[in-house]
Amino acid sequence: MPMNLVQSILAGERLALSRLLTQVENDTSAGREALIELFPHTGKAHLIGVTGAPGTGKSSLVNQLALHYRKTEDKKVAIVAVDPSSPFTGGAVLGDRVRMRDLSGDPKVFIRSMASRGSLGGLAQTTASLAQVFDAAGFDIVIIETVGAGQSEVDVARLAQTTLVVEAPGLGDDIQAIKAGILEIADILVVNKGDRPGVENTEKALKSMLDLAHPTQRIFQHHGTAMRTAAPVSAASATPIWIPPIQRTISTDGTGIEKLAELIAKHAAHLRSSGDWAVRERARLEVELATLIRTALMKRFQETVSQSLYESTLQKIIQRTTSPWEAAQILLKEM
Amino acid sequence: MTDKKIRVLVAKPGLDGHDRGAKVIARALRDAGMEVIYTGLRQTPEMIAEAALQEDVDVVGLSVLSGAHMALAPRILELLKMNGQTRVKVFIGGIIPDEDLHRLKEMGVTGVYGPGASTEDIIRDVKVAVEG
Repeated sequence: MPMNLVQSILAGERLALSRLLTQVENDTSAGREALIELFPHTGKAHLIGVTGAPGTGKSSLVNQLALHYRKTEDKKVAIVAVDPSSPFTGGAVLGDRVRMRDLSGDPKVFIRSMASRGSLGGLAQTTASLAQVFDAAGFDIVIIETVGAGQSEVDVARLAQTTLVVEAPGLGDDIQAIKAGILEIADILVVNKGDRPGVENTEKALKSMLDLAHPTQRIFQHHGTAMRTAAPVSAASATPIWIPPIQRTISTDGTGIEKLAELIAKHAAHLRSSGDWAVRERARLEVELATLIRTALMKRFQETVSQSLYESTLQKIIQRTTSPWEAAQILLKEM
Repeated sequence: MTDKKIRVLVAKPGLDGHDRGAKVIARALRDAGMEVIYTGLRQTPEMIAEAALQEDVDVVGLSVLSGAHMALAPRILELLKMNGQTRVKVFIGGIIPDEDLHRLKEMGVTGVYGPGASTEDIIRDVKVAVEG
């Protein structure tokens, strides 16, 4: 059955695609088998991440950007839009489609909403896999919209080749702008709601942030990886370092979208000419590998260590007779 | 984290602009642990069927207060079938006269709810329809 599913997806069948996305999202064995089959067909799409605080207009911006790609470049566009799950009930209201109604009726657009299901980095655990399925299914552009992000939901930059951070007027001063985290991951800074008062101040704060920045090579720290591997030697020293441009947009009427698309194309060209594309690809796949190993180890742990031993050890920690560090060692020995 | 969630599309077909009911239902289903895809006002049957396909939902919930349910519901059911989504259950809430209730159910609508229906009943019916 998975083989047929894979063939249908490569042939562009939308219902098969949609059903596989569900299997992958639920991390079923059928979903995994299909991912293995599809993997050789991946690596062609341009993954664009869109992140920013709630209410900055990410969904409307994605809508305009996708429209632009459809109208001017006839590219196939997939959108993965993530909204938060309730930490209490696990339920979710996924409302990003409300802003994307302009895209309906277009067979070369596919929008999929996802709940974060307990993940904290701004994406769901399987968002990367969904993007891979779209990539294999022949979508040229995959836009990944994160949950409304605060300061540290930076997973999207590990996944996407180009990351847009969306800001809007009135959200913070120049101290917010020099903090570490979300602004650092921007390849392009978008100041949306450009028709609102205060837009010049927001741009000024972002600009001064960029002026203060030391041009650094923005390759992720390797704390997500399983092994210490040799850091790849980058050819970037020969090419100019990318300074994130600031683009003003009004996503309700499309102002600035054409320029934004130009900047995205320019960024992709920069990544390819500097060799950063390959470096990022390596970093991304390495994180994926490490994550899979971690998940598998955790699963093996849960399967081999008995619930009763786990409970009794936990009780000892609560009674302060064993420390959490010793307890972890004891439990790991059971594996 | 990996268990199957019930996915529900909540949509308002047609031209009336009253979406409070749809939002109340979306919120109630969310609180019952379901994943609700909310699509907003003034959806055409084609838009709803397309969203149901892309989102691979188990349930489509329609809110209709305009009186156009006898035109909209059959069209949406037909489009779902055309797309191969025969397993999707359709629920309708709104102002539905009694004489239409049976006809809607004959067409294949799983549940019909009028003003004053309790969200507990709706949640229970959705769960039974999807999980058996």
